[in-house]
Amino acid sequence: MKLTGAEILIECLKREGVKTIFALPGGVVLKIFDMLYQQKDIEIILTRHEQGAGHMAEGYAKATGKAGVCLVTSGPGMTNVITALADAYMDSVPLVCFSGQVPTSLIGNDAFQEADNVGLSRPCTKYNFLVKDVNDLATTIKEAFYIATTGRPGPVLVDIPKDVSMAKADFSYPSSVSIRGYNPTYEGNKWQIKQAAEAITKAKKPILYVGGGVVFSGASQELLELAEMTQIPVDMTLMGLGAFPGEHPLSMGMMGMHGTYQANMAVHYSDLVIAVGARFDDRVTGKVSEFCPYAKIIHIDIDPTSIRKNINVDIPIVGDCKTVLREMNQILRATVNGEQKEFRKPWWDQIREWQQAHPLTYQQEKDGPIKPQLVVKRLYELTKDRDPIVSTDVGQHQMWAAQYFKLAKPNRWLTSGGLGTMGFGFPAAMGAQAAFRDRLVLCIAGDGSIQMNMQEMATAVVSKLPVKIIILNNRFHGMVRQWQDLFYEGRYASSYLDTTPDFVKLAEAYGAVGLRANKVGELDGVLKEAIATDKPVIVDVPTYPYENCYPMIPAGGCNHEMILEDPPELKKKQSQAGAVTPEEKDTVLTA
Amino acid sequence: MEHIIAVTVENKFGVLSRIAGLFSGRGFNIESLSVAPTLDPSMSQMTIVTSGDERIIEQIVKQLNKLIDVIKVVDLNESDFVSRETALIKVHTRSEDRAEALRIADIFRANVIDSTPATYTIEVTGDPQKIEAIINLLQPLGIKELTRTGRVAVARESIRSAGVQAKKIARE
Repeated sequence: MKLTGAEILIECLKREGVKTIFALPGGVVLKIFDMLYQQKDIEIILTRHEQGAGHMAEGYAKATGKAGVCLVTSGPGMTNVITALADAYMDSVPLVCFSGQVPTSLIGNDAFQEADNVGLSRPCTKYNFLVKDVNDLATTIKEAFYIATTGRPGPVLVDIPKDVSMAKADFSYPSSVSIRGYNPTYEGNKWQIKQAAEAITKAKKPILYVGGGVVFSGASQELLELAEMTQIPVDMTLMGLGAFPGEHPLSMGMMGMHGTYQANMAVHYSDLVIAVGARFDDRVTGKVSEFCPYAKIIHIDIDPTSIRKNINVDIPIVGDCKTVLREMNQILRATVNGEQKEFRKPWWDQIREWQQAHPLTYQQEKDGPIKPQLVVKRLYELTKDRDPIVSTDVGQHQMWAAQYFKLAKPNRWLTSGGLGTMGFGFPAAMGAQAAFRDRLVLCIAGDGSIQMNMQEMATAVVSKLPVKIIILNNRFHGMVRQWQDLFYEGRYASSYLDTTPDFVKLAEAYGAVGLRANKVGELDGVLKEAIATDKPVIVDVPTYPYENCYPMIPAGGCNHEMILEDPPELKKKQSQAGAVTPEEKDTVLTA
Repeated sequence: MEHIIAVTVENKFGVLSRIAGLFSGRGFNIESLSVAPTLDPSMSQMTIVTSGDERIIEQIVKQLNKLIDVIKVVDLNESDFVSRETALIKVHTRSEDRAEALRIADIFRANVIDSTPATYTIEVTGDPQKIEAIINLLQPLGIKELTRTGRVAVARESIRSAGVQAKKIARE
């Protein structure tokens, strides 16, 4: 029997086990939507903006480990979803995006809502396809899912012209895929793994530096075994949070620009860095030439281009984290004995010393303005038993969330790392909630970033996605303000947001629930109320506007040279300003 | 340092822009690039002349390999190779220069492939130095148009493996 392109697409999605897609219709994809309307196996979440659809698919993918799927129309539909594709590309999120295209006969004619979708998305997708013949559609979709989910995962775009979705073809879904130019390496080189294992047993001051690759390859168990067996401390990147239990005694917490003191000191002074599924990003290395100057480096990554891209590596291992760690553990099990623990004791003594010298701190006055760190900390303590999924936007609140919300398991942490996309958090949380209707999904946001994609509140209400948004409302683009205080002599150029909307009323206007905690004493009650509500909730928490996020390694600085608190002159300025409103303070500080 | 990289790719639309996009997006140099189908019409062979230090060349090779439409990448500088380039040079020739133009073409074993009363079009093949040399000599006559293919290159068969092959053939 012959099927139309639209029917073939839906059949393919079913075979790939897709249960939910995030979509927004338009002229050239109407046939596909019409077909989706007439079936019941796939749920359509109608978003209010294509960027929202893209981030929801990302959140879905990060929480489930499966490919997220979104469907957008041609032209502006496509250009709107580009940010999400670029985000997914930077953070290796498996995503399959279907875009509509004008009929093949009109391509290149500057037709209505035409854009060169393949050209636009080329630099921000792992691969992309323009399907010109309906007979190629099923194979193309199979390949798209295969490419998106294998090797180093990433977004794949399938561009479908209108006439292709209407034309008919015999349907058969290929059972396997073979692409001659694409053969990811999963097994690591055995000799290299042996070398690495030897280096690990010999190292006096080793450190594990783990990234998002551990999460995507599902290697948390193997990582835990390796760390416990060898008693090696674990530094996590922003993307790696959750790969290792945050409260485990071996966990050093997050490393990098706003990482913990012990995590950054340990990596700087170590003699062996074991990088697993991480890519030596500049937010982690700081000044590359002085990154871990005393260490040998082992680098395990599935993407060969990650190795020796930013930093020279002594023992490179190209392969899947899970497979490689499993093999390494096997070797280590036979060789590791009590000795290492003994000769690594000075290393651990040093680490504990660092830990005690500069733990994460903040000062909360009992009747003073609420400190943002307190909000994250209480949220964590109140929800940790429910194993929540946590998303963030980008900025100070993201860093505080990364520092204080100690995740126990992988696939609970949805954040935009590489691209740093404000507006990511809320739709990503909705995507995760769509995958897990019964789970608690939290979105920690700032008052700046939540306003980029606020429109999706309508989607959350209509599609019954009871995400809990906690806004750390400092009326600033906080991270920008922090940099201005530290590096631009406190000139708040375009960082003060002045009047933000009344988020409580805004939530109510959308049909969601709005709550606010004005005082420290109200915080727990409001958070508890939000968690107990079965609708989408915005919790607006006005916080102290001048709080800065520490430790901080200035861009291009060295990992052991962290700023740990406000410099004295800034402290003086802040105290002069006293407890005045941001408007008044702005004048005081810039005067 | 200059490197010549031989890249075997899928012969389909859009592949060239993926390669060009990779180089421009990551700030790698392309000095020249030539591409044509191979014996197997489903594949094309590209010869890319680029430059950079060891780390950059390693990244270029890895990044090219990462592209899904790329089937094989060989950095020809890792072994011995031969390379050639062809140039078509349209020389403006007054009657007194015509003999001189032919003499120069002859020295370089170049061919005249088109001729009008006022011009010769000369085809020359060789390594870049040879092309530069003939251009320098023809320039005083007046070059009207010049077009170069960019280099194509192929690895030299190693003497040892060639020997083994010869023996094999002899045995058979």
